[in-house]
This record gives sequence, C-alpha cells and structure tokens, in this order.
Amino acid sequence: MASASDPHASAFSAAELEFLAEDETIEIVPNLKMDALNFISGDFGPFRPQIPAQAPLWLAVALKKRGKCTIRAPEWMSVVNLTQVLEAERDSDKFQPLPFHYVEISRLLIDHARDDIPDIYMVRSLVEDIKDVRFHKIGKGLESISAGGTFALKLKNLSAMEANIVRPFVTRALETFYKLGSSDMIQETDHAPNRQQTADRGPRRQLKDR
Amino acid sequence: MDSGAGESSAADDYESLMSTTDAELLKTAWRNEKAAPEILNFAADLVQRSRQQIQLMEEMVDDYINDGVDPLTVSLYQIDLDRTMFLLRSYLRTRLQKIEKYVFHIQKTAEEWNRLSKQEQKFASRFAGDIKNHLDQSVLSRLPDQYQSHLRQSAASEEDDMVPEPQLDSYVVCRSKKYLGTYQLDDGGEELINIEVDDMYALPYKAIKPLVESGQVDLV
Repeated sequence: MASASDPHASAFSAAELEFLAEDETIEIVPNLKMDALNFISGDFGPFRPQIPAQAPLWLAVALKKRGKCTIRAPEWMSVVNLTQVLEAERDSDKFQPLPFHYVEISRLLIDHARDDIPDIYMVRSLVEDIKDVRFHKIGKGLESISAGGTFALKLKNLSAMEANIVRPFVTRALETFYKLGSSDMIQETDHAPNRQQTADRGPRRQLKDR
Repeated sequence: MDSGAGESSAADDYESLMSTTDAELLKTAWRNEKAAPEILNFAADLVQRSRQQIQLMEEMVDDYINDGVDPLTVSLYQIDLDRTMFLLRSYLRTRLQKIEKYVFHIQKTAEEWNRLSKQEQKFASRFAGDIKNHLDQSVLSRLPDQYQSHLRQSAASEEDDMVPEPQLDSYVVCRSKKYLGTYQLDDGGEELINIEVDDMYALPYKAIKPLVESGQVDLV
C-alpha cells in the first residue's frame, strides 16, 4: 500500500513503533503491594514491595510515573555491554544483535526512568553512537543493493525502527530493479498513467465545481 | 461469525493454540494488515473474541470504580483497555482505508470480496455506489457517451483500466517466526532463500503471500 500511491510513507509511525515496544517485558522492583493484574494483554503480578517482578514496559512506566516502582535497566543497556556492542559494530560489517525495539526501549527508559539507569549520560551517548554507526552502515549497504539482481534482501539483526526508516527507499529501489528485470515491464509503464488519473480524480472535481 | 471470513477460522484456531494471548494475535493481525499491499482475510473469530474481552473489561472497570477499588489499579486496567481498543480500532480502520482505495477491484474479485466481513461488504457496496454516483454527477455524465464509464477510460478500452489494484509485487519487510528452511520465492525456482528463526527480509509480497496467510511469517 505504501508503495502504490504514497512513496514516502513508512508502514508505521514512530508512535506506533513505540506502542509495539511498550509490550516488551522488563524487570521492575515495586514498592507497593498489589494483587495480580489480569489484563487483556496478559497476567502480571502480584507485586510485593522489594520483590523484583516482570511487567510490560507500559505498565512499568505507568507505575514509575506514580513513584510506585523502580525499573531495572535491561542487561544490554549496561555501559559495559553497550561499549562492547559499539566496538563490534565499528569493527564489523555485520549488525550486532540488539533487541528488536532497542531504540524505542532505550528512549522510553531514558525519558521516564532516568534515576534508575546507572551512568545515564554514558548510556545515552553510547546508544546514540551505536545508532549512528548502524545508520551509516545501512547507508553503505544500500549502495551495494544494485550489485547482482537482488530479489530478496536479507536484513539481519536490523531493529524495528531501522527497518521502518529504510523501508520506503529500499522497497521502492528493489521494486524498480525487480520491474526492470521482469518481462512485463512494458505493460507496467502502460498502466502507470491511468492509475495517476484515477488517483487525481478528487482534486480535479473541485476545479469543475460550480 | 459470517460466511465472508469462514476460511480464516481454521487458521485462527491453530494460531490461538500456538500463541499466548489474543492481544498478541491482534497485534500481529494489525501489523500484517498495515504492511500488506492487499486486503487480508478478516480475522472474524479474533475480532469477535477481542470485542467480548473489551466489553468484559469495561464492565469490570465500572464495577471496580463503584466498589471503590484502588484508583491506581483501576487506571492500570484502563490503560490496558485503551491499548487493546486502539489495536482493534486501528485494525478495522486500516481495512476500511484499503476498501476505500480498492473498492472497485475488490468488488469484482470474488476471492477478495470474500475476505471482507459482512459489515465491510455492506460498507464497500455503499461506498462504491456513492463514488460512482459522485463521479457520474460531477463529471462523467457531461462527457461524450463513450467516456462515461467510471471503470474504463473509454468504450474502446478492452478491460477496466481505471480501477486501482493493489500491487502484489511491491516489496514488504517480513520476519519469520520459526525455521522454515529453504523457500522458493518465484515460479522459476531460481530464487531460493534459507529462512531461519527471526530472519528479516525485504522481498516482494507475492513471494511470501502464502506464508503470511498461514501465519508463518509476520510483516513488520
């Protein structure tokens, strides 16, 4: 759908990706007593003071905002691990395995649970650096798409947001290669102007309106 | 629930055995619907179940408020409820947008028509009628006879060439849920990929259409 009439549209908005990321579970340490919660999205709790428990990110953030828990930053968000990832990311052409929603999760935690993340400034700049290195790699990777008829492009370890950002460009580029390589190219170009007209009906009608 | 989406129920049953919650399934259905170029099978059973759960939850939240349950707990249930309702609404709305866009194509393709729910079919028929009337009244009726069809450029056209169709060869990004082994992408058998768990690929939608329909890969 995105490709047919609205070439610059990504399938998901940033807010929608954040929405998806908010369902990832994270460890919290509650400071209140609360019975088990039986949500549509699953059962969580019961929560007891100082006893670590698993909760989806949105629940953790909601509790955190009300001062009812501390959030334990996930293992991969430690300075040690992020430093390693950044180095490996710089040294290799491959993408390092990170959580699918690493950008959104780190962003949410940095925004809402700053006092729960050790070395938050370090963590933030490391995440930023990793993001930059990865985007640079994506950019370089795109240059090599054309080499040898690419039918399917493997995006190993790419995160949700990264995939979403390159989607409009990559899918259209691949589509074009695909069409150039296929035999019904002539037919395709024949159809294109017609579609244009169909899509334009709306505005034109306004001109004719009396 | 209705004949339109009868085929999907078998897949739904299988899915619900495999996966944990309906919320998870709804999320997958929503994501697939948003990313796929064409309209997918209406997840009738899933929507039905989600509706019931939302209703139950709404009643429960009301009861909690009346019973004076801790406001914090109530607000958490409310967030969960809002999130599920958002998913359901966005799912249905995404489908309506596709129907509006491809209404004439869906109408004349029996297979795609059957993917709609009863209500969606009703909506599509009315929408198609309205659009046709609108085009007739505003422009087409004033054109020479041979240009009056809303489906064809002129009477000389051999096929309906003014009907927008979904581009099935447009590229999508997908992620596999499990190991699928070697998978053949095209009819010629020249394009083979090896699909492992959690692999992500950008490839033409039509190549993996069966995998999306059977729930083996998710569009992201």
